[in-house]
Parts: sequence; C-alpha cells; structure tokens
Amino acid sequence: MLYREAGDFKTSYSLDNQTFPLKLDRIVFYLTLAVAFLVVPLVINDYWASAILVPFLIYAIAAIGLNILTGYCGQVSLGTGGFMAVGAYACYKLMTAFPDVSILLHIVGAGFVTMVVCTVFGLPSLRIKGFYLAVATLAAQFFLVWLFNKVPWFYNNNASGQISAPERTVFGVPLTGPNTEAWAMYLVCLTFCVASAFIARNLTRGSLGRRWMAIRDMDIAAEIIGVNPLTAKLSAFALSGFFVGISGALFFSVYLGAAEVGESFGIDKSFLVLFMIIIGGLGSIFGCFAGAAFLVVLPVVLKFIGVDILGWAPDLVAHLRLVIVGGLIMFFLIKEPHGLAQLWRVMKEKLRLWPFPH
Amino acid sequence: MMNAVADTQASSVGYTTADGRDIGEVILDLRNITLRFGGVEAIKDISFDIQEGEIRAIIGPNGAGKSSMLNVISGFYVPQEGEVWFRGKPRPPLKPYQVAQQGIARTFQNIALFEGMSVLDNVMTGRLGKMRRGILAQALWVGPARKEEVHNREAVERIIDFLEIQAIRKTPVSRLPYGLKKRVELARALAAEPNLLLLDEPMAGMNVEEKEDMSRFILDVNDEFGTTIALIEHDMGVVMDLSDRVVVMDYGRKIGDGTPDVVRNDQVVIDAYLGVSHD
Ligand SMILES: Nc1ncnc2c1ncn2[C@@H]1O[C@H](COP(=O)(O)OP(=O)(O)OP(=O)(O)O)[C@@H](O)[C@H]1O
Ligand SMILES: [Mg+2]
Repeated sequence: MLYREAGDFKTSYSLDNQTFPLKLDRIVFYLTLAVAFLVVPLVINDYWASAILVPFLIYAIAAIGLNILTGYCGQVSLGTGGFMAVGAYACYKLMTAFPDVSILLHIVGAGFVTMVVCTVFGLPSLRIKGFYLAVATLAAQFFLVWLFNKVPWFYNNNASGQISAPERTVFGVPLTGPNTEAWAMYLVCLTFCVASAFIARNLTRGSLGRRWMAIRDMDIAAEIIGVNPLTAKLSAFALSGFFVGISGALFFSVYLGAAEVGESFGIDKSFLVLFMIIIGGLGSIFGCFAGAAFLVVLPVVLKFIGVDILGWAPDLVAHLRLVIVGGLIMFFLIKEPHGLAQLWRVMKEKLRLWPFPH
Repeated sequence: MMNAVADTQASSVGYTTADGRDIGEVILDLRNITLRFGGVEAIKDISFDIQEGEIRAIIGPNGAGKSSMLNVISGFYVPQEGEVWFRGKPRPPLKPYQVAQQGIARTFQNIALFEGMSVLDNVMTGRLGKMRRGILAQALWVGPARKEEVHNREAVERIIDFLEIQAIRKTPVSRLPYGLKKRVELARALAAEPNLLLLDEPMAGMNVEEKEDMSRFILDVNDEFGTTIALIEHDMGVVMDLSDRVVVMDYGRKIGDGTPDVVRNDQVVIDAYLGVSHD
C-alpha cells in the first residue's frame, strides 16, 4: 500500500477542500514544481525547448482556457485558433505601440483584449446550444483569421502581411526576438502556465466553477437555484478568452517569433486544443496538462520511432499520427469522457487498495 | 364553481392547525391563473394561496396541471392570464433565477440534479445565491473567498447531517439510486434556506420505507426551519398525513380546496380523483 490515505484525516473544511488532499500527492506536486523551476532551466537545450517543453506549456494554457469553457461550462468552441490569434495580434500591437512597457504586461494585456473579444463571440451562446454554437464559434474562427489577413492595421502595414516580434527584454534577458535563449523562453512560459493553472483551479473549485458546472450539467436546474445563465456563460467565455489569449500571445511572441495568421492560428489549432482536452479530460485542470503533453509528444515520438529508427517515409508517419489521434478521440468520447485524468484517478484508486483489491 | 369546497381557512390573517402550529399570513397568492400551450389549456382560471408556515398540497390526476402550476410559481411558464402576488405585491414576470433569489426553492418531478458533480457539490450549488465574492478573490483563493467557502460548507454540512446523507457526500450523483437522488435534490433546495419550498412529487417511485423517511424530513423541515412548503403528491395517505390544506385539480381546473378532511369527503373530489386509481 504505497499510496494511501489511512491516517490522513481532515480536521477542517478548508483542509478537505485542498487541491491535493493526500500528502503523497502534495509532495510529488511540490517536487515537480521545484524540478521544473530550478533544475530544468539549467539543463534545457534548444531542441527540448522548441520541440517539446515550450509548446507543451503554451498549449496547456490554451487547453486550460478551452476546458473552462467546454469542460466546465459545457459550451463547445471551435474558435480557439482564432482567439489565440486575437491574443497574438493584440500582443503584437501592444509591443509595437508601447515599446517601453514590459513584454510581460503586454502578454497579460493581450489576455484581457482576448477576454473582451471572446465574450462578444460568446453572446450567441445565450440563444443557441451544442451543434449550433459549435458552428457559430467556427464562424468566429474563420472571421477572425480573415480579419487579421484583411486589415493591414493589425500587422502594421507590413509588406509581408506577417507579424514578427521585436526583441524585448526583462532584466536585460531577451524574452522575444532571435536572441532569446531556450531557458528564458521556457521559464517565461512555465511561469504563465503555473499561474494560469493556479487561477483556473481556484476558479473551478469555488462558487464560479459550480455555476459553470451547473449550467453544463442542466441549465434548467441551474436557473432554479439562482444561477443567471447570462452571467455564468459569459464569464466562462471571458475567462476562457483570457487564458487562450495569453497562450496565443506567448505562442507568437516567445515561441514562433513571427507568424502568419492562417498558418499559425488556423482551424487545425482549434481542433488540436479541443483534442487535447478530450484526450486529457473534460472538466479537469490536470487533464489539460495530460492532453497537451500527449499531443505534443506524440508526433515527436512517432517521428523518432518511425522515421529515425524504422526508416519509414515522413508522410506515412504524419498520417499514422492522424489515425492514432482520431482513434483515441473516438475511444475517449465513447468510453471515457473524462480522459486521461480519469484513467489516472482510477489507477490511483486501485493503487490505494493495492495489494488488497477487495 | 358550484360544487367547489368552500375556501374554509383561506383568510389572509392566518390560523392555527390541528396540531397547534401557528400559520401566518398569505405569502403567495395566485389569482385567476390561466396557462395555455397552443390550444391546450393546462390551467384554467385557478386561484389559491399559500400561507406562511403551512404545508400546502396540490393533488389531482395525471395531466391535471399540477406541475404546470409549480412552473408558473417558479417562473418557467408565464401565464396568459392572472397574477401572482408575492408577499402582498403583484409580482412582475420574473426569470426562474430571479424567483430563486426571492427565496423560493424547488425540486423537480423528474430529478434535475447535476449529474457530473458530487453530492457535496450539488448541495453547495444550493448556496450559490449566498456566495458573492468577486472573481479576483476567487481566482487567488484569498481570505474572503476561502472564508466564504468554509462558511457555506458548514451550512451545507448541517443540511447533509439533517437529511442523513453524510456517507455519500463525495459520491458522484450519477452513481446514486433513485431514492437517494430525491433526497439530495431536497438537500440542494434546502441549502438555499428558502422561505417557500416547492416539491414536485418528492416521493414518487419510492418504497414505503423511503416514503416514511421523506415524510419525516418534510415535516421536520417545516417544523425546525419554519419553511412554508407546497407539494404535489399522488399518495393520498401521505397527503392526509402531511398537509394542512389541499388544492385539488382536475383537467386544469380547481375542484376543491380545504383541509384534508374536508377535501376527502367532498363528492366532486371523490368522483374526479379518489375513485380513479393512480400509482
Ligand atoms: N411545455 C409544455 N408544452 C405543451 N404542453 C404541456 C407542457 N407542459 C405541460 N403540458 C400539458 O399541460 C397539461 C398539464 O401537465 P402537467 O405536467 O402540469 O400535469 P401534472 O398534473 O403535473 O401531471 P402528472 O401527475 O402526470 O405529473 C398536460 O396536458 C400536458 O400535456
Ligand atoms: Mg407533474
């Protein structure tokens, strides 16, 4: 019985409400954080940062945003790519308009701009649900990409139509631009990611989270206990937009450095993030990390095994990835809507009883 | 109506029940309510009131319009004619969540719990109307938000103890049997500390023992918290035991109103309802 809760009694309601009720979980969590902040930056190299860790952290933030909206509040969105683009372009405009203000504030500011935009696009959710809402958000996706392509003001009238991030430093360390080092890129994304997870976790365990879940599970019953569907849904769109905007800002400014909207924030981004929360687990913050990790690591591992070891053609491996992801989506949607997070929970419950299963 | 039972005690000043409880003035007064769905008249010109502290039953055969009546009270349906008076004032058409904010809570005929949440979280949702901390305080989980959570959790734990569902606190609602779900739904309604509690067939589908438990809880709620209760129930034994006054509906009309004894002995009611078997 390696993993146990015996002797771990809760003596107050606030203790009972912890994120990690079990001591062992807590220790593992703090150890992970310590390693992530203190050890990884020392050993990280360009390949690990740009192929795995930085995209993982950024997608985890986007997944947190989408999970708030879809997993917690039950409002399907296919507009994530477009909202990430809002974050990216807001960040670009802020960076170029106020070069003396810290890039960190620009990223947060981009979150707030996306918050507003996402709330506006959330208005149809007050009238329509499910499939129709999905189509409405899909329209938002295409509209936003079109808008950022069409209106030169958004890309400062560049001849290329692209946006590219000028160098910005914090304490003399470049965070954007070509001179950014792997560890700096990683640390800034890690900080935003941990802060986002902390905030999202707090929101979802409190009264706001219960309002969202009530709307998700049964909107009629939610109304009868005094939940105003308008404020509940729009607050979910707002906070979702905030996190998705931050992820878009980081994706453009810190990770890519330069972006073209259709390529970087197209409909495939929307689906990628949606698949992350389905595979990771709807309505779980941990699931956002699990899903992001899985879908970021999968192509890397497949390429390593398929192309480098077995010598298959790269496009075969790329297709294999689509097949695997498609299969997994079907499996999780049908068998386990709570995703990897739930599988993990079940495994822990079994471990708790092990080696006495009955 | 010709054969209607006289409105024996519907004075607005209050009365004393057979078991000695003091019933106060009218808190909810339904005046000439008519509700139509297209061509169907679900409720036809019905008036009755609910007085502070009483247990008011609504009975009638299937399709009589009882649930529709509760839906009018809780704001789901807006009647085409008639007025709802609440605490001495005509109530403008309100949204269900606004009705809830006025201190009216309810349960549903077909259980309407949040299946994706635990029992505890379901009951906690009943307190949402009382939780007012801003988004920022919640996001950072700072003092006031945390205190509010603990304070409301204490209130919820009292209700969980009261309804004897301590053992299933952390269980996902979707795993509970029917009878317990009904009890959790009552717990969620009680968590709001309502002045008026509407129960739509709280005992439907229960076995005798569960019905006895539920009856006891309803009486205790009324007795200990002074909650005014309106309930729909098919089981006549239960209605006779629990209620102070009974409204009888049939085909959308009110055909009787009075104490259980008066209603039980009314010929119109017997013909329309008691003679017909219901489960
Ligand atoms: N939303 C609706 N749309 C159309 N007709 C409705 C609607 N709700 C109720 N009705 C009709 O109104 C009438 C009264 O229904 P209601 O559910 O109020 O009856 P009830 O007395 O609660 O019956 P039961 O004992 O079966 O619960 C029925 O004829 C029903 O078909
Ligand atoms: Mg009914």
